[in-house]
Amino acid sequence: MGGYEHTLWTLFLPVISFVLLGLFGRKYFSKSAGLIGVFLLLLTTALSLYTAYQYFFVNGLVDGIYQKIDAFKFTWLTFSPGVSIDMGIMLDPISVMMLVVVSSVSLMVHIFSLGYMKGEERFATYYSFLGLFTFAMLGLVVSSNLFQMYMFWELVGISSYLLIGFHFQRPSAVAASKKAFIVTRFADLGFLIGILMLAFYGGSLDFNTIIQHLSAQQSSAYLAATTASFLGVTALTWGLTLVFMGGAGKSAMFPLHVWLPDAMEGPTPVSALIHAATMVVAGVYLVARLFPLYALNGASLEIVLNVGLFTALFAAIIACTQTDIKRVLAYSTMSQIGFMMFALGVSGTQGEQGLGYTASMFHLFTHAFFKSLLFLGAGAVIHFVHSNEMKDMGGLRKWMPLTHLAFLIACLAIAGIPPFAGFFSKEEILLATYNKSIWVYAIALITSGLTAFYMFRLYFSIFWRKEYNGHSHPHEGTMSMKIPLIILAVCSALVGLIPFGKFVSVGNQPLETHFHLMFSILPIIIGVAGILIALLMYKKENDRPQNMAQAFGNFYRAAKNRFYMDELYLFVTKNIIFKWVGRPSAWFDRKVVDGSMDEIANLTLETSKAIKGLQSGKVQRYAMYFFGGIAFLIILFVYILK
Amino acid sequence: MNLSLLIIIPTIFSLLLLFVNGLKQVRTVSLIAALLQFAMSIYLIVKYFAERAVNKAPFLFEQHYEWFKTPNINYHVGVDGVSVAMIALTAFVILAGVLVSWKMEKLNKEFFFLLLFLSIGAYGFFISLDLFTMFFFLEVAVIPKFILIGIWGSGRKEYSAMKLILMLMAGSALIFVGLAGLYFNTSGNGSFDMLKIASDNISPELQRLFFPFVFIGFGIFTALFPFHTWVPDGHSSAPTAASMFLAGISMKLGGYGCLRAATYMMPEGAAFYSDAIIILACIGILYGAFATMMQTDLKYINAYSSVSHNGFVLLGIGLLTKTAITGAVLQMISHGLMTALFFAVIGMIYDRTHTREVAKMSGLLKITPFISSAFVIVGLVSLGLPGFSGFVAEMTVFMGGWQKGNMFYYVATIAACASIVVTAVYILRVIGSVIMGPLKVNGNEQVVYADATWYEKSSIVLLMAGILVVGILPFAVLRLIS
Amino acid sequence: MIPVSHILILSATLFFIGMYGFVTRKNLITMLMSLELMLNSVNINFVAFNKYLYPGKLDGIFFTIFIIAVAAAEAAVAISIIINLYRTHKTIDVGAATELKH
Repeated sequence: MGGYEHTLWTLFLPVISFVLLGLFGRKYFSKSAGLIGVFLLLLTTALSLYTAYQYFFVNGLVDGIYQKIDAFKFTWLTFSPGVSIDMGIMLDPISVMMLVVVSSVSLMVHIFSLGYMKGEERFATYYSFLGLFTFAMLGLVVSSNLFQMYMFWELVGISSYLLIGFHFQRPSAVAASKKAFIVTRFADLGFLIGILMLAFYGGSLDFNTIIQHLSAQQSSAYLAATTASFLGVTALTWGLTLVFMGGAGKSAMFPLHVWLPDAMEGPTPVSALIHAATMVVAGVYLVARLFPLYALNGASLEIVLNVGLFTALFAAIIACTQTDIKRVLAYSTMSQIGFMMFALGVSGTQGEQGLGYTASMFHLFTHAFFKSLLFLGAGAVIHFVHSNEMKDMGGLRKWMPLTHLAFLIACLAIAGIPPFAGFFSKEEILLATYNKSIWVYAIALITSGLTAFYMFRLYFSIFWRKEYNGHSHPHEGTMSMKIPLIILAVCSALVGLIPFGKFVSVGNQPLETHFHLMFSILPIIIGVAGILIALLMYKKENDRPQNMAQAFGNFYRAAKNRFYMDELYLFVTKNIIFKWVGRPSAWFDRKVVDGSMDEIANLTLETSKAIKGLQSGKVQRYAMYFFGGIAFLIILFVYILK
Repeated sequence: MNLSLLIIIPTIFSLLLLFVNGLKQVRTVSLIAALLQFAMSIYLIVKYFAERAVNKAPFLFEQHYEWFKTPNINYHVGVDGVSVAMIALTAFVILAGVLVSWKMEKLNKEFFFLLLFLSIGAYGFFISLDLFTMFFFLEVAVIPKFILIGIWGSGRKEYSAMKLILMLMAGSALIFVGLAGLYFNTSGNGSFDMLKIASDNISPELQRLFFPFVFIGFGIFTALFPFHTWVPDGHSSAPTAASMFLAGISMKLGGYGCLRAATYMMPEGAAFYSDAIIILACIGILYGAFATMMQTDLKYINAYSSVSHNGFVLLGIGLLTKTAITGAVLQMISHGLMTALFFAVIGMIYDRTHTREVAKMSGLLKITPFISSAFVIVGLVSLGLPGFSGFVAEMTVFMGGWQKGNMFYYVATIAACASIVVTAVYILRVIGSVIMGPLKVNGNEQVVYADATWYEKSSIVLLMAGILVVGILPFAVLRLIS
Repeated sequence: MIPVSHILILSATLFFIGMYGFVTRKNLITMLMSLELMLNSVNINFVAFNKYLYPGKLDGIFFTIFIIAVAAAEAAVAISIIINLYRTHKTIDVGAATELKH
């Protein structure tokens, strides 16, 4: 199907930005790098929006189903017949939706950084990294091939690494970047093995072909994958679970979440782009991409559900206790991604049952806007207060009215208050869980109450609580910092009104979603209750928070210390891997392997020393050996070996 | 295309070096020689593609001359895609090596002479179709390394040079035993000709007997566990250009030998020992990676990581599937370029800081952005980032391993896969402490170093271009080597 | 006719006398003489076997003559070495000439 060749340019433009600014930026574009980046991204965004328009409104819908369109395909590397990495661009509802999300959030971040990163020494490098990230993320979402996705998956990982460690002279940033990359790399190991398994049984790396082969219950591939088993679990379940492990690593699901809070060491616009709106939802996207397989395989979908649900609650609890505003946002991101995950986990494959799928994607879509807005708002605050800690803030509403308003809208959106965006997507998720299981619904409801509480705790701590008495003079940022806040605030307020089910649904068939007023009352009450509690505790300085903390005692302390997960990881890496694997290997190599080689050499030397005495220089001794030797040979040959 | 030119040109230029004096003249002559080789290798690739389109013979551009009549030893050369790729690799590394040695003051004439001499050995090895000629060139490529390390080296250079040469010689001895075994068991009067030996189908029992000799012999060259211990010491004591050659090409002589002389001629033997090779390769991969984690000297880090990376070559060869062997060849090319670049960059850092201890420097990115960026990039190549050569090679090996479809191969592949995590750990640790962090070298925070000079830049760019070509256009490379 | 064993016993006796002398004597001249004794025992063997086994041929005789010639040349070389040794070491004791091992 033609007409989509221009989508290739959505990938090329960021690459141009990356290469141009990366190679020549330092020398020639140290001032203009930002504008170049913004310009190229503007074109990319325009192209993505055009693609979305064309796909959803012009020719994507054929016979009531949104078609999968291969806009571009090219065999990049052939492993064996049928199994090859094809670089391609596949358009279907979720990839088109992601194209729009990624490029527009990236554009906002590009614009915001013009002001935020002004005066940085490596300004051009920063923009080139942003270009690399945008390219990789766009490549990831349009992948038509599992392995292509893995490649871009690694590339987003590395650009995240480079951007977290952008302030490379700060040891904490370096440590955080390392941690982020290594933890996700570990998860990617699972992803890679999962790919190998799926490719082996599916006989291909192409998404469509794998899904076709492995979802037809009668096909030989499906039978092979479900009969082969290891430790009592079928190969297909293993493969899907391992692939999910990769997704869980990128999306910071428990227990692979430890890198995300630390990743906040990166510049705040980067956190907004990578660690809130786009890269961290890649795991959700991955599961959604392979959803037909997960849906058929109950065991792996169960894992997705449970991990998502647990993470949502776990992260929400931690978020209530953190004092670093970016970390609160990071845990809130984890919690919201947990929502998306378990929404997928409760989804079925057809019609109304597939509501979870739609809801998950819808939440991904709205979350991208309000979470990036929260981060950019927080970035504006941090930029002028020069601190991440809540105690250094308070009363900022008078100094930064626009930021205040934008932040409030985002908080209302994430808390699920109508008519802001988060309300609609969260409603759908809750509805989907309600249809599936009352327990899941109950936990989801509690979590959404917690969400409202900690977000407004954050909001009141930054903008109310007390009069600002810090040393710096906070004020609104430059135009370039204001514009993205305004645009995103408008989006956060309005995108919930989009009839999302019409565009994205599990069978790519437009789905009518209904709005149940009665059902919505309880979630709204809980959300408002969360806000009210936060209002009581944090609007004015008082000692209720302390009392509360004391009431919870150890539980509070554990949550404040993030349930000691970091310590656990540190223990495992430092004390187990390094001490018990790394050091012994190095020791073994030097002492045993190398030692034995040296020992052989020594042995030769010793032997030669020992027999050196035979070479005495005494002619008569030699003659004795000579005659002795002859006598020995005579005896040997004449008498023994006759 | 006359393949003998590959040997003749470096020979002429190395002789020419004897008649010039002074660093300027010497390096000009060497650079011309390296550039000529480079041009020739590119020309060879072009010609090869053109010829391959019409000619389906296994080896192209064959030449055949009698050398020793009585024992039936011939000068028989010819190339297929793999050897063309290896020749190009050699040309890349030699050119880069000449460039990084641009300021070599000490005994420069001898140094460049030996460097060119090494290249003769490497080219000769890769084009030989006669096992004896191959062995002859292998020795040519080994002996000069002893002198290079012994004279221009650093640290415990005598010890390292001796260790290297003794272990490689032991390898050669094993190889020769195996080759002699093959020679006397061909039909007719005995022959060293590879094509004849391969088509003769030596009986499986004899293959099983001789295969370990040849394979372990070449395995020593390519750091087969547990015969890898010359690698860390040898690499770290050698001068930069020699390290580049050693890791970039010399270890590939081993891989190529394992492939050509062992597996290609004794398929039955290879199949028999396949499991053992896979186990050793996996041990080498993981264990090399873990050992790297604890190193503190930059060159040791790269040397141990070479052990780990070369494990992929051996793993690919041991797996014996077409995909895996392709992966092994890709890994040879990739590792050759990558490790040469790594050593070059380490050499540049050492020239400035006069230390290779990781703990003694940090934050170099601030003052030497070009070199530091190159270091970061080559680190990323090493940890297998898509878009660079290492990724393509490793993934091809994994894919080949998994396709064997058996629990043993699954476990082996997973073990090999696990190394990518460990690699990430040690690479990022090094980058984190040497390149990033606050600036501090040898306890001094106020240091100023010049960034890369033109010759350093050009050698980096050259090798990087090679890495990117393999990483971004693997289909082109695959067309060459399949 | 004398049986061949008698002659062989004679040559063996001569050989072992020579061997004993060669190993025990310290004087180089005496050692040289012992060496000649051994060579001559070989000569006797050659002549004897030629006579008893191949009476029609002269190969054994030729060999004997050849050995005598070589022995003469050898004696000349050895004596000159001994003289040189005497000039440098002022002795012809074999125990003094151990420099080659160094």
